[in-house]
Amino acid sequence: MDIHEYQAKEILASFGVSIPRGGIVYSPETAENKAREIGGSKWVVKAQIHSGARGKAGGVIVCNSPLEVAQATDKLLGKKLVTNQTGPEGKIVNRIYIEEATDIEKELYLGLVFDRSSESIMVVASTEGGMSVEEIAKEKPESIIRSKIEVAVGIQSFQARELAFGLGIEPELIRRASETIIGCAKAFSELDATMVEVNPLVISKQKQILALDCKMSFDNNAMFRRDKVSELRDKTQEDEKEVYASDRGLNYVSLDGNIGNIINGAGLAMASMDMIKLAGGEPANFLDVGGGATPEKIVKAFRLITMDKKVKVILVNIFAGINRCDWVAEGIVQALEKIEIKVPLVIRLAGTNVEKGNKILQESKLNYIEASTLEEAANKAVAALK
Amino acid sequence: MSVIIHKDTKILIQGFTGKMGTFHADEMIKYGSNVVGGVTPGKGGQKHLDRPVFDTVKDAVMNTGATASILFVPPAFAADSAMEAADAGIKTCVAIVDGIPSHDMIKIKRYMRRYSRTEKMTLVGPNCAGIISPGKSMLGIMPGHIYKEGRVGIISRSGTLGYEAAQQLKNLNIGISTSVGIGGDPINGSSFRDIIEKFETDDETDVILMIGEIGGPQEVAAGEFAKENMKKPVIGYIAGLTAPKGRVMGHAGAIVSAYGESAIEKVEILKECGVTISKNPSVMGDTVKSVLEKI
Repeated sequence: MDIHEYQAKEILASFGVSIPRGGIVYSPETAENKAREIGGSKWVVKAQIHSGARGKAGGVIVCNSPLEVAQATDKLLGKKLVTNQTGPEGKIVNRIYIEEATDIEKELYLGLVFDRSSESIMVVASTEGGMSVEEIAKEKPESIIRSKIEVAVGIQSFQARELAFGLGIEPELIRRASETIIGCAKAFSELDATMVEVNPLVISKQKQILALDCKMSFDNNAMFRRDKVSELRDKTQEDEKEVYASDRGLNYVSLDGNIGNIINGAGLAMASMDMIKLAGGEPANFLDVGGGATPEKIVKAFRLITMDKKVKVILVNIFAGINRCDWVAEGIVQALEKIEIKVPLVIRLAGTNVEKGNKILQESKLNYIEASTLEEAANKAVAALK
Repeated sequence: MSVIIHKDTKILIQGFTGKMGTFHADEMIKYGSNVVGGVTPGKGGQKHLDRPVFDTVKDAVMNTGATASILFVPPAFAADSAMEAADAGIKTCVAIVDGIPSHDMIKIKRYMRRYSRTEKMTLVGPNCAGIISPGKSMLGIMPGHIYKEGRVGIISRSGTLGYEAAQQLKNLNIGISTSVGIGGDPINGSSFRDIIEKFETDDETDVILMIGEIGGPQEVAAGEFAKENMKKPVIGYIAGLTAPKGRVMGHAGAIVSAYGESAIEKVEILKECGVTISKNPSVMGDTVKSVLEKI
């Protein structure tokens, strides 16, 4: 789960990380007041969307008066921002963060991620802040320093110090820099985060160490014990169909093609998409109804797929294991009594009681194309497009 | 004796009396697995499916001599249960449950470091289908009847894609020595490398089919291990050719976030390691067959 920049800043601030003064607004009027409240003579108006690279997309505006702050807010609110991370449809701006401008002396990079090789938390830091970590790795790989946190004991002070000295931070700021790194690491561990990124982490001309832009992501599997973090979810930043799916226990990812998929199991779903591609088609989605493929899940899956106007053919591929093909077939027949399908439907059942399952489908009034193997299913789905 | 589990392996069900535990324990018993009892705290002393229920894993191990367990406990309690199993002397533990937080998985793995190599428990999963040695024992939730007895070892992240492979092999009259589902999570108990290493020394396995997917370094690590250390042929398939970068594809671990984690990159690296690639998921069985014909 992703959260907004301002939310990440509030969290990190509660772990001892310094951030510039700022506040969230939802209208130009409040923006003007907020700017006065923050004080100073220069402000930054930042569109809050779940994406980086907002600056390049026009989502960050520097203002010299409260009136300009109001105007900038007016300009950004309700707009769809398209960045190199949002895809062509962009993301809607519903919240604006107003922040006092910072006199930057130096920009650094600080990131924490799960390292799947060492199965620990990896801290990545660089003197080349402001660029994405991919760009840094490509252009200035020698500037990157890393430190592995032993999860059982958490980050140690010496590790934070080593990183801070490694970044060339001047001696009188080492303590503050260490506290910042430790704060980020604690937030990561204590809140079940999967990513914390402060980019840039800046040293201001006034010798403050400030988190200027922040990103945090969290482990969806841990949200049962993170009520406060769960509340930060902003569904307006997610694909509508993906929200519908996740609220109903389905794993769904919206894609660009026109062959809709209903499959049980994530691996089989990816494999089926691959087969569609090899057969010359493009999948419209990834959809895993779960290994069990219960009739209720199948009904929900058909509802979801029929919401997608791009879909010109539907491919159902169920490998019945512990459940049986005859149950699955009954589920499909029941689902399609409730939901009208206007596009060709290809069904492949496999596994336990496959003959019985196919018989139930054949004897129903269902108009569909039967397939017996994965390959045949993909070929028939692509052929049905024409 | 087959790899990891054998016919007589004494099995405990953790979360025995729950709906999931009851259903799958019953399936395992019907398959012929030697289920000797189960654990549900607070229900010790009762009988369930004609087998004794214990309050703690330690009690259960002491009274039954169990060496394997399978977890059917909710994600919030799974880490605790896995560590309890490790501490009670269980040697093989399968965690079926989907939804264990990554931080918890790391804690379990760190906790298990307190045991010496010979005493250490093998944890398989979470978010997996478990282990089956056809005709001998099933420590998992797979449909046992699609697995024919034979000499191919399977390791798969995905449950249903593993079933697909077993079915394709059965249709070609090829059997399986052991199939291990290692699960779709980013941090798991046993990696591809851990399991292919076991297969290399298993005298009942001739070839290994490794079914991977996008995300993480494990398929590549297993390929490199095979190149350096293995004599038995390895066949590989990687799912997720069409998966977009940066998106989680159902499995929490199926996300491309670094170089070498996409399907195309993994396939290229595995080829260089001498792994025979199944070019699509429909020919996993045929690819195994062609490799078997050469040995």
